[in-house]
Parts: sequence; structure tokens; C-alpha cells
Amino acid sequence: MSAAREEILRRVRAAKGDVPAQRERAYRTSGTRDAAERAALLHERLADYRARVESDLAGVLAGLAHTRIGVPPGLPPEWRPASPVEDHGLTPHQLDELHGVVTGCTVAIAETGTIVLAGGPTEGRRALTLVPDLHVCIVRSDQVVETVPEAFAALRGLEHRPLTFVSGPSATSDIELQRVEGVHGPRRLVVVLLDSLAPGR
Amino acid sequence: MTSFPEAARAALGDSQLRHNLRNATTTIREKRAGVVAEVPDWEELREAGRAIKADVMARLDHYLVQFEEAVHAAGGTVHWARDAAEANRVVLDVARAHGAHEVVKVKSLTTDEIELNEALAAGGVHAVETDFAELILQLDGDWSSHILVPAIHRNRAEIRDLFVRTIARGRELSDAPSELAETARLYLREKFLDAKVGVSGANFGVAETGTIVVVESEGNGRMCTTLPPVLVTVLGIEKLVPRFGDLEVFLQLLPRSSTGERMNPYTSLWTGVTAEDGPQELHVVLLDNGRTNVLADETGRQALHCIRCSACLNVCPVYSRTGGHAYGSVYPGPIGAILTPQLRGLENAKSLPYASSLCGACYEACPVKIDIPAVLLHLRAETEKPVAEGAAMRALARIFGNRKLYERAQRVARVGERPARHLPGPLARWTEVRDLRPLPPETFREWWSRERGA
Repeated sequence: MSAAREEILRRVRAAKGDVPAQRERAYRTSGTRDAAERAALLHERLADYRARVESDLAGVLAGLAHTRIGVPPGLPPEWRPASPVEDHGLTPHQLDELHGVVTGCTVAIAETGTIVLAGGPTEGRRALTLVPDLHVCIVRSDQVVETVPEAFAALRGLEHRPLTFVSGPSATSDIELQRVEGVHGPRRLVVVLLDSLAPGR
Repeated sequence: MTSFPEAARAALGDSQLRHNLRNATTTIREKRAGVVAEVPDWEELREAGRAIKADVMARLDHYLVQFEEAVHAAGGTVHWARDAAEANRVVLDVARAHGAHEVVKVKSLTTDEIELNEALAAGGVHAVETDFAELILQLDGDWSSHILVPAIHRNRAEIRDLFVRTIARGRELSDAPSELAETARLYLREKFLDAKVGVSGANFGVAETGTIVVVESEGNGRMCTTLPPVLVTVLGIEKLVPRFGDLEVFLQLLPRSSTGERMNPYTSLWTGVTAEDGPQELHVVLLDNGRTNVLADETGRQALHCIRCSACLNVCPVYSRTGGHAYGSVYPGPIGAILTPQLRGLENAKSLPYASSLCGACYEACPVKIDIPAVLLHLRAETEKPVAEGAAMRALARIFGNRKLYERAQRVARVGERPARHLPGPLARWTEVRDLRPLPPETFREWWSRERGA
């Protein structure tokens, strides 16, 4: 196939034009809201996608009792429900037997209602947050940025990790444009917003 | 291929298609307008998107080599394919090497363009389409009518009947969308959990890092790119962006322009192979298949900037009436009208540059500012002009050049107009597809000489 490589590169070199003028980053690269406003906006935008937004972590975890809940090995004890299943390379079929999964995230984008998973110790590998039908994602308020460019700034250094941007539960609008939540990814997304900046916590 | 006017005539006679299309294009158009309006720097983002893509095209050889090195360094294998046959061969060879008789596939226009499914089938490998709409089309032997909602020409009752015939396995089924989606979920879940090889296209590839990006809604993309131990991604060479940070521009432009959402439900980014997470064998196929021909045309090359959002389809007065099938290509609508003739050669798609009223709505809507009307005019200039047009233009030039002839022609035209709605002779082709506007009872010159006449 190296003949193909050489020929494509030769064609490209023969075809391409002049180097265009410098690009500018004239668009917004940071927001204007304070932490409380960012959290409120994230809440609103997540709810708009029909994700459930909660602030009572203990209540959410208690509600998971008597179900099979997977967690990544690095999830702190205070974020775990009772007797969780730690993911040490569960097979796809074993993942399919879980009722749900609890994870953290790396950054959340208020403007677009997005949580970003970067495969860190509290997030686990991609399949863990994909196969089970319920995803509970814990977001600390200091992880919430306002704009997409701020999220990319926060991801600097993590470019080589597998990244997943999640904005609401899985959905399709393929049948007469009527939105249906839940096709292949988790049908329920619960985001627990922790006020990590409040005094006394 | 069938010419656009012929294919469009058939589509215009299909009242269900026209109803569904009007509904779809209007709904998505309004949603898009709403979420675009809430972004204060939309124009700056469009300009950034345009400039990044122009930079990619100007230094594509450099970025391709950089991308290849980055993918390789991250544990992936890069293949180069001059045409569809070479690309299909790579995918088939990978499937065979792993003894896979079936692969799971994410919706991808690029793999539709190279007719990968047909090539795999000929080699004894079945490609399972996992996007909801693509599944519908595959089960029914049909093809896409819209980039974003490919089965928009199908109603829920038809989908129900199709599922009962094919994948419902005797289960009772109503035509409620949630129940139809559940049927597809159950059917495809088994496929995902046991798949050996996944196949995807890609929305973007990052030259700097070798990262590949897939933007989707349903989660089937995540399934196909995460669960199988082996993944093959087919990437058109124009899909590169230089830097990882450039994605901050396109991940704002694409979802809002495409589905009219602030962000689509899932966007997956992966770089080569990651230990204990996802496929442990990654193949990336860099596809030319006519793209370097497009690149060689100074005016036409901007068609390669397209990020496949489909906003131009939804605002197009021609597309929203004829639908996608009339364009005879996997790339329909205004972008298809400039991309298809350039990819396949103008002689194979001569009528497509004329499938437009040149109203300019597509240019306004395009998130990367592709000047589609300018490229359409450019391509029209390259097709041979109809004979009648040349003769008519010469005659008009003579008449416009002489006052007496001009005034006489106006009077004659009015007398000759009567109920005639069709022009005679070679001019009849004009009135085949357009209504002749009635002439006013009095011309400006006649009014002037009556009111202010000497």
C-alpha cells in the first residue's frame, strides 16, 4: 500500500493551493458567569436534555440499594453505593448484567449541558459507562466550566486518553423526528451536582 | 446516472415524501435557528471554521504525514487508499484476518460512498448497520434521503411493519416510536456484545495527535468503537484538522448546525490504542477516491471543507421539495450538487450544478462558509451550455443593442403571449420546468411616452 501512499501525497502536492492567511481565534475562549451561575446553567441545560439533576448524593446512592451497580476501581468510598461491583475487566456480557454505574467526570460544560469523561480513576474505561442502562455521574462544581473552549483548555495533557462527551441520555429522532430517549447508550442519565465550593464542605 | 430533472419529477409526484420532507426540513431549520441565535460569537466561529479548513487544504500533505505518524506512535496502523476498491479491500482483509463473518458499523457517508457494505458482502462478510435509520434502510433494501435523518421518507407504521417482518421475532409491536426503538435496541445489543470487528467513518481526525472523532446521538457509535476488539475507521483525507484544540470550534458549529442541539448526546474521541480500554487493534484507512481532483480546483476545493451537518439541505428550496434521492448520490442537496460532480467527474453529473435556484440560503447556513452558489456557477461554466441558450443570448444581444428592435419586440411579445404558457422550439425546455410570467399590459417606455411624451 506504500504505492498508494506515495501517489496520494503526490496528487495532494500537485493539487493544493497557496498557504492562506493566518487564522485568528476571535471567538469567545472564556465565559463571564461565576461558579453559582455556571452550576445553575449546567443544571438547566442538562434538564433540557431530560437528564435528571440531583444534589443529594446520599439519597441517590441509597436509591441504588438492591441493584447491581458497577464502579471504576478508583471511585472514592463516599461516592459508592452499598456493595458495588468493581470493574476489573468485566466482559461485555457481564457489563450487560449491571443495572447501572456510578462515576465521576473530568470537566462539565454549562453552556451545552455536557459532561466529559476522560478515562481517569473515577471515570473508568469507556465500556463501563456505555453498556449499563443507568449512568449516575457525580460532578463537583469546581469542574464546571462555561464554554466549550474552556473545556478543551481543561483537557490539555489528556489528549491521548479516550474521551467521551455526554450530553443527556442516548436519543434518536429517526422516527418522524419524534425524540426517543434511550437507544443503545444508557437510557437514564442522573447527574449529581456537588457544591464543592460552598464553605464547610 | 439519471438526470436531476427526471429524478426530481418522480420525487415531486410522491405526496408522502413531500409532506415528510416539508415537516422535517421546517422543524430542523427552526431548531437550528434557535440554538444558533443564542451563540453571540457564531460568525466568529464560522470564520474560524472556514480558516482552519482552508489551512488544512493548503498544507494537506504535511497534515496527512503528521497524522499518520501520530496514529502509528499511538499504536494504530494507517492504510492509504487511492480509490473505493483499495479502501474496501483493507476492511475486508481485516475482517477476514479475524475470522469475522459479520462486522458492526456506524453510520458513515464515506463508507456509503465507497459502497463498502456491498464489497464486504461480495467477500462473504455481512456489515450490520447500527444507526436506527440506517438499520431501517438496510432491512428494507432502501437508501438514504437525508444525510441526518436518512429514513425521513418512512412513517412509523411502515417501520412497524418492516420490523414485524424482520427483527421483532414474533413479538407484538405497536407503532409507538419508543417501542420501535426498543426493538432495535434488543436486536442490536446482541450484535454489539459479540462483535469481533467494528467499522466506522469519522467526523474529524487530528493531525497533531492522531485523534479520531465520531459525533452521534444513539450510542451505537460508542458501541461500535468501544466493544469490538478490532476497529477499522475509514477517513476521507479532507477530514483532518491541524490541532486538538481546533475541535473546540467544530464541536460548537456541528451539533447546532446539524440536529439543532447545543451538543449531540455522544461525541467519542480516541487516539490509537489504549491499554485495557476499547479495541486493542486499530486500523485507519485514509481515502482519496476523487478528493484530490476536488482539491485541484481553486474555486471548487472549498467543497472539501464540508463537515456534513446538512444545514444546507434543510434551507434549500429545491431539496426541501425533491428530497435526497433525486440527487443520485450519497451527498444530496446543495453540498451534493457541488461535491458529486467534482468527485465523480462533471461529465457524470452534468445536471447537478443546475439543481439550484442560486438563492444563497445554503451559503448563509453553512457553518464553515462554503460559498456553494459560487461553486455552482463555476461548475455550470464548465458544463457545455445548451445550444438554445447561446442562440437566444446572441439574439437578445442584438435586440437590446437597438432601440427600435427592442420596442418592437416588446409589442410583439405581448400580442404573441395570449394564453401561451409554453415557449416554442428550443426554448421549450425553459417552460417545461418554469411558469412563464405574464407580461404587463404596458411597458415603462410606453407609460413614459404617454405621460411625459413629447
